[in-house]
Amino acid sequence: MKITTIRDLLNAEVYCNEENLGRHVYSACGSDMMSDVLAYVKDQAVLLTGLMNQQVIRTAEMMDMVCVVFVRSKKPSPDMIDLAEETGIVVMATDKTMYEACGILYSSGLIKERKANV
Amino acid sequence: MSEALVFHFDVDGDNFTSAGQASVQVKKDLRQLGLPTDIIRRISIAMYEGEINMVIHANGGTADVLVYEDAIEIILEDHGPGIADIDKAMQEGYSTASDTIRSLGFGAGMGLPNMKRYTDSMDIKTKLGVGTTITMRIELA
Repeated sequence: MKITTIRDLLNAEVYCNEENLGRHVYSACGSDMMSDVLAYVKDQAVLLTGLMNQQVIRTAEMMDMVCVVFVRSKKPSPDMIDLAEETGIVVMATDKTMYEACGILYSSGLIKERKANV
Repeated sequence: MSEALVFHFDVDGDNFTSAGQASVQVKKDLRQLGLPTDIIRRISIAMYEGEINMVIHANGGTADVLVYEDAIEIILEDHGPGIADIDKAMQEGYSTASDTIRSLGFGAGMGLPNMKRYTDSMDIKTKLGVGTTITMRIELA
């Protein structure tokens, strides 16, 4: 799925790295606990979260994720956007809840492919 | 074994916001060395979890990444409270982190298990009231 499709499906506002909206993603994960996110290696993934701090961006960067979606109408702070800008990660925010956002992406074909633990 | 290339970092224990900066830098440094992506990812995740642990439990410490021809070693050293029960600490879901830390997205009890998961070997030396040194190794061969 292209990141632009995610933006459209979630009616999300994009905050940085618009030039990467054409990239493809193959899996997604939704969590507010970053260590749970870090427990599974995925390629080209999207992170959906309601957590708001810079560690969200760092976690996504460590995982080589390409897109972060903030749910429940939370807007990323300028320092989070600055951090994300350096990484190329597309950051967006939607007014949908975590459950709703994940459900929409899943039913639209973004089905997780959870690799076995390394 | 030939001499290792060493990257040294001081991890600031007072600042949760900056936690992870060393891991970000290591990721960049290892990319410049041309290591495979999956190896770099494993190293940076393991180190990131370790760095977060040092900030939330031990008021910071030092991190050294040693690059050998056939392996990478990450040595994390702190002078924090030490780990009372390593077996428990290695259980997924066990954590002594405060609610404040949990509200920041960590303290799920996955830190040490994740560090072990992503590395080929992990050694923990800890003494209560003195500190903890964790050595992780990832083979390149």
